[in-house]
Amino acid sequence: MLDSHAQTDRIAEILEAHLGLEGPLLPILHAIQEAFGHVPDTAIPQIAAALTLSKAEVHGVISFYHDFREKPAGRHVLKLCRAEACQAAFGDSVADRAKQKLGIDWHETTPDGAVTLEPVFCLGLCACGPAAMVGDRLVGMLTPKKVEKLIDEVLK
Amino acid sequence: MKIWLPLDSFALAVGGEEVAGAILAEAGKRGVAVSLTRNGSRGMAWLEPLVEVEVSGVRHAFGPMQPADVPALFDDLAAHPKALGPTEDLDWMKGQTRLTFARVGVTDPLSLAEYRAHGGLAGLDRALTMQKAQIVQEVTDSGLRGRGGAGFPTGIKWKTVSEASADRKYIVCNADEGDSATFADRMLMEGDPFCLIEGMAIAGLATGATKGFVYIRSEYPVAIRIMRRAVEIAREAGILGAAFDMEIRVGAGAYVCGEETSLLNSLEGKRGVVRAKPPLPALEGFMGRPTVVNNVISLASVPVILAKGAAYYKDFGLGRSRGTIPLQIAGNVKYGGLYETAFGLTLGEIVDKIAGGCFTDRPVKAVQVGGPLGAYFPRALFDTPFGYEEFAAKDGLIGHAGLTLFDDSADMLAMARFAMEFCAIESCGKCTPCRIGAVRGVETLDRLAAGDTGAIPLITDLCNTMKAGSLCALGGFTPYPVMSALTHFPDDFVRTKEAAE
Repeated sequence: MLDSHAQTDRIAEILEAHLGLEGPLLPILHAIQEAFGHVPDTAIPQIAAALTLSKAEVHGVISFYHDFREKPAGRHVLKLCRAEACQAAFGDSVADRAKQKLGIDWHETTPDGAVTLEPVFCLGLCACGPAAMVGDRLVGMLTPKKVEKLIDEVLK
Repeated sequence: MKIWLPLDSFALAVGGEEVAGAILAEAGKRGVAVSLTRNGSRGMAWLEPLVEVEVSGVRHAFGPMQPADVPALFDDLAAHPKALGPTEDLDWMKGQTRLTFARVGVTDPLSLAEYRAHGGLAGLDRALTMQKAQIVQEVTDSGLRGRGGAGFPTGIKWKTVSEASADRKYIVCNADEGDSATFADRMLMEGDPFCLIEGMAIAGLATGATKGFVYIRSEYPVAIRIMRRAVEIAREAGILGAAFDMEIRVGAGAYVCGEETSLLNSLEGKRGVVRAKPPLPALEGFMGRPTVVNNVISLASVPVILAKGAAYYKDFGLGRSRGTIPLQIAGNVKYGGLYETAFGLTLGEIVDKIAGGCFTDRPVKAVQVGGPLGAYFPRALFDTPFGYEEFAAKDGLIGHAGLTLFDDSADMLAMARFAMEFCAIESCGKCTPCRIGAVRGVETLDRLAAGDTGAIPLITDLCNTMKAGSLCALGGFTPYPVMSALTHFPDDFVRTKEAAE
């Protein structure tokens, strides 16, 4: 965890690098989230000042998009596809097993902070579903058994 | 020894990287010199990871490959247990007309030399010799319609932007492919990124736009990486530069941003709220300037139209649906993947002959055509030919040409409820029929599930309101899956109170 000065400096760098873009706010938020794992509350006034927006406008954008986190996630984020094609391939049974194994529901993090479970609506793997994403790693053709194995690998 | 193995997400999701590692390790162990090209996917998802090996100048396919199958690739290939024969001779490949996807799975996606050697840049070269109006006319004459789902004639959109006067104009590529059962945009960007870049450069010439954006959803990390690298390569080669340059932008997990005005707001750094039309984006789009917003496949179809001429493209298809369409076959399917063909096959031919039905070997109960906002088609409508008007006439849509197969274990009431639930989660909140209607829709369908058939007229009325009163296709089209499920599968909606309890 960075201290507040280090955070301010890092965000200032990110802002500086993106201010030349047309419509820079989403690229800025992605970069901040990549740096800190979430978009800290304390970053909002700094972003707003740099873009001459109100704090409410910046908050409004952050809260609109599913990707931006206001709090850090677990060390690993497991996203399971819940869209129609994965449902048709029995994705619900995979999701049920994952929840049972982790002991958590959607949008929750295991008590040890290891895994956050999130629904995702389509990873473009619809012909080899049910599909999942762990970090940037894609996994297809899941079964309840395979998702258990996947979770074991992640937790190793 | 020449070997190909896709870097496409399909292959990566089923162990492609492990197979690649095994190939290089085995080659090292045996001291065999190997050139391993990471290509796009041929579109046969059930055969991924699909390895190809060149045998006397012909590419032979092997799949689905596991690391354990790799050593045998270095022995007698004909005796390999996963040998499928020459790739081009496979039924799936032979039946297709690959125009937009001609190079996907064939070339190295990031080799500009291979791109050119396989017909790339011929369209741009020709466009550079033409007047703006001539390029627009060529695209109009081809009959190309927006492949994102709305089916609006691409040439007419370009004409509006071309004739508008402004200090700056933009080309925005909608790569926010959020519909379930669709992956054509992803496969094109991962497998032939220069084709999209070329299409956008041609759009720039035709309209006088100098800047392009590709808005890619964040769920597509592989496509983002490849497109970014391809833009750098195109810039170094002088294809992009002062006259027309482009940027890759990443979405943030909002389905509604696939709607063009919401996408523009998102690109400007705002909440992805839908804008009322008019003004049309063609006149007041990104930053209030004239903007072409086209889907990936629409733009990627332009190079072949310019290279081979409007008449060549228009010759394919039926009625007012001209050219080819990349079908994306998904869900509970035996042979799923991408299949590019002229419009006009019947739904039954696609489902039974090409896709081979369900992987569970149970009867196909329903096919959802056109993504989460598309209608569920029962077998009784399998004679419907694949075309924009033909599907509209059966109260459906082809959308981005995704098809999801369900077997007879599917509960259509649950699917109808999911459509409403999804709309409620993803609604941008701007218009009431969508924001409130979707929530009430879930509640009403729950009443039905509890055995209250009196809720049927209510859900019908609610769907009419959403259809007529919503600002965009999210609220406006959610009634398609709901009403088609209710109309074609009424038995699933009648539950006795005891059974429900």
